[in-house]
Amino acid sequence: MKQQEEINDNSRRDFIKTAAIAGIATAACGSLACSCSSKKPVQPVGEKVKLLSPEGEIVEIDSAYLNHQEHMAIVSKLEAREGMAGKKFVMVVDLSRCKNARKCVSACQKWHYRPQETEWLTVKLMKDSDKAAPYWFPKQCFHCDNPPCVKVCPVDATFKRQDGLVLIDNERCIGCKFCMAACPYSTRVFNWTDPVMPEAIANQQYSPETGIPARVGTVEKCDFCPDRSREGLLPPCVEACPNGVFYFGDENEDTVSNGDETVSFTQLIKDRAAYRFQEELGTKPRVYYLPPKDRQFPVERGYENLPDQLKARFRDVMEGGAE
Amino acid sequence: MELNQYQKDIFEKQKPVIETYGKKTWGWTIFFLLWILVGGYALYLQVADGHIVTGMRDNVVWGLYIANFIFFIGISYAGAVISGLLHILHVEWRKPIIRIAEIITVIATMIGPVFILLCVGRLDRLHHLFLYPRLQSPITWDVLAITTYFTGSVIFLYLALIKDFAIYRDAKLNIPKWKQKLYSILAIGYRGTPSQKRHIKISTDLMAIMIIPLAIIVHSVLSWIFGMTLRPGWHSSIFGPYFVLAAIYSGTGVLIMAMWVYRKMYKLNSLLTDQHFVYLGYIMMVLGAAYGYFTFSEYLTAWFGSAKWDNEVIEKLFTLEYYGGWFLFTNIAGILLPILVVAIPFTRKPGLITIASFFMVIALWVKRYLIIVPTLESTLLPMQDTRPEYIKYSATWVEWALTFAGIATFFLLFTLLSKFVTIIPISEFGDKEKTAAGTTASVKEN
Repeated sequence: MKQQEEINDNSRRDFIKTAAIAGIATAACGSLACSCSSKKPVQPVGEKVKLLSPEGEIVEIDSAYLNHQEHMAIVSKLEAREGMAGKKFVMVVDLSRCKNARKCVSACQKWHYRPQETEWLTVKLMKDSDKAAPYWFPKQCFHCDNPPCVKVCPVDATFKRQDGLVLIDNERCIGCKFCMAACPYSTRVFNWTDPVMPEAIANQQYSPETGIPARVGTVEKCDFCPDRSREGLLPPCVEACPNGVFYFGDENEDTVSNGDETVSFTQLIKDRAAYRFQEELGTKPRVYYLPPKDRQFPVERGYENLPDQLKARFRDVMEGGAE
Repeated sequence: MELNQYQKDIFEKQKPVIETYGKKTWGWTIFFLLWILVGGYALYLQVADGHIVTGMRDNVVWGLYIANFIFFIGISYAGAVISGLLHILHVEWRKPIIRIAEIITVIATMIGPVFILLCVGRLDRLHHLFLYPRLQSPITWDVLAITTYFTGSVIFLYLALIKDFAIYRDAKLNIPKWKQKLYSILAIGYRGTPSQKRHIKISTDLMAIMIIPLAIIVHSVLSWIFGMTLRPGWHSSIFGPYFVLAAIYSGTGVLIMAMWVYRKMYKLNSLLTDQHFVYLGYIMMVLGAAYGYFTFSEYLTAWFGSAKWDNEVIEKLFTLEYYGGWFLFTNIAGILLPILVVAIPFTRKPGLITIASFFMVIALWVKRYLIIVPTLESTLLPMQDTRPEYIKYSATWVEWALTFAGIATFFLLFTLLSKFVTIIPISEFGDKEKTAAGTTASVKEN
C-alpha cells in the first residue's frame, strides 16, 4: 500500500521510540519533541530550542534532534470525554460545489492511518426520486445532538461531549456493534481484522480524540478531528477539498470556515436554505447541507474519471435512473 | 422417603435410565462433543483472526448468532411459561411433563446468551458491562433480565427436584459413590416432614408466579434491542408482545418434540400419553393463531403504509428472488401447518403433531433470521458498495459450526441431565393418582 509507505518514514518511528526515553515533557514543546537517542547519527544544525523537562528545568536542545509529530494534542481520557468548554462544533456541506473529487476521503484516511477500504467519510451519489437530478453527497458522522448510537451503548464507550462531538473510546468498546445497528446513517465501521498500520502508530498512546491506533474488534467512525481543533487547525477533509465544500466551525462563535473563507454560520444556513439530512428522524445532526442548487460542476464530472472499481458503485444511479 | 405404589411404579420404570450410562448414550455424547469441538475450533479462529471469518460486515452487523440467541431464549419459554402457568392453574396433566419443560428452560437460557457473546468483538472486555454499565442501553436491560431469569429458572427447577433427590438418595440405587453423595447433598436433608413440604410448596408457588413476568420481561427486553432502533422492520411497538408470543409458541413446539423423543426412547407411553400431545397441541394451536394474527398486523401495516424505508424491507420479504420463499415458508410451516394439524381431528395424532412442531420450530428460527438480516441489508443511505459481502449477508462455516455446536450443547446437557434426574418427576404424584395419571385434566390439587 502506497499510503502506508509514506507514513512509514523513519523519523516518526524514531520519535516514538525515543520520546519515552528522553522524557521531555510534550506539554512544553507543543507539537515538537526530542529525538536524542536516534539510531542514525543526526548532525546538529546549531539552532537551539528551549524545552521544559519533566523535572521542571529548562533545557536547550539542537533543533535537529526534534521532529515534528502529528497527533500530539493528546489529552487525558477525562478531558477527551468532556470536550472543549464553550465550543459547539458544526459543519456545513455545500452540495452545489461537490464533484466527487474524493480528496476529502483520502485525506481522512491518511490522517487517521486507515486503509482505502475504510471510509469514515464517504461520498454517495444521491437521487431522491425518479425524475430528480442526481447529486454528490459527502457524509461524515453527523455528531447528532440526539444520538441513537450513544443511547444504546452498554458500556459508555461512545459518548456525547459538551462541544457537540460524539466520540468513541476504543479501549472501552466491547464490540457489540449495537451502535452500528442503531445509527440510521451507517456511519460507523468495525475493525473486522487486526488493523494494519505502521509500527510507530500502533505504539502511539491512544486517545478518543485521535482515534489512533485502531483496534481489532472495536467500532470507529469520523470524529471531526478534535485533536486538530485543539491546535487551531481545520479537519483534513475540509483542508483537502479543492472546491471548498466543507465549512467547519463553532456554532457558539457563529463562524465556519472552509479554509478559503470564513463566514457567519447563521448567515450561511439562512442565505442558502440549509437543511439537515432526514430531519424527521429526530436525531438532530450537527451537519447542515446546502442544497445542490446552481451547481458548479455537472454531476458527471465526479463519475467519468473514476477508476472502474469506484465507478461500479455509482453505475446504477448514473446509467439507470433511480434505484 | 416413603413412596406409594404409583410412585414406585414410575420410579422402577426410570431407574435404569439414571443408573446406567449405556453404549448408545456414550455414542451420542461423543457425537455431541465432536460437534462442540468443531465449534470450539471455529471460535478459536474467530477470536484469533477477528470477526472477518464470519459473514457479518459493516452493514449487516448481526446475523446467525443473534437469530440463535433469540431462538434459544425463545424455546426457554417451554418451562417458564408452560410449566409456570400450568402450575398456577393446578392443571393435573402437567405433572409428567414439567421436568422436561423446566430442563429445556434452564439449558436454553444457558446457551442463548453464549450466542450474543459470539457477536461481541472484544470478549476480553466483557467485564466492562459491569464496570461501566449504562442503564439506558437495552443491552444492559438484557444482561439484568437474563441473569435474573436464569437464576429464577434454576431455582424453579431445583425446588421441584429436591423431593426427587431425597427419593434417589434413599432408594439405594446401583450408582457410583460420588453420585450417591451428590444426591444426598442436593436433597438438603429433605425428609418429607409437614413443615418441609409446606416450605417447598410455598416456594414453588411463588417461583411459578414470578417466573412468568420474568420470562415476559426477558423477551420484551430482547425485542427492544431491535425495537429501540430507528430501523424499518424493527422500530415497531408490537415487537415486545410479538417476540414474547413467538417465544412461548416455539417453546411449546420444542416441548412437544422432547416429549416425543423421551416417550419413544424410554417407552413411557403410560406416562406421556397421547392426551398430553393433544393438550399441548391445543395450546400450540391457540398460540399459532395469535402468532399469525401478530404477523399479519405487523406486515400489513408496514406494507399498507409503505413508507419508503419500510417498503424496502417489505419488498425484500415479499419478493421471491430475495427472501420471499423463506418468508412464505415461515408463514406456512410456522402458522398454517400447526393450526391445521391440530384442528383437524384426523391429523390430531402424537406423531403428526410432533412433525408439525418440528417444522414450526424451524420456521420460527428462519423467521428470526428474517427479522434481523433484511432490515440490516436495508440502509437509509444508498449502500453504493462494490464488495458483495458488504451488500448481502451470507453466513460462513464458522457461524454454522458454532450454531451446530450450540444445538449439540443443548442435546448434550439434556442427555447428561436426563441421566442424573428422572425425566418424569416421581414426587409430584400423590396418592390420588393411582390410575392413569396425566389423563385427568382439570382435577384440582389438594
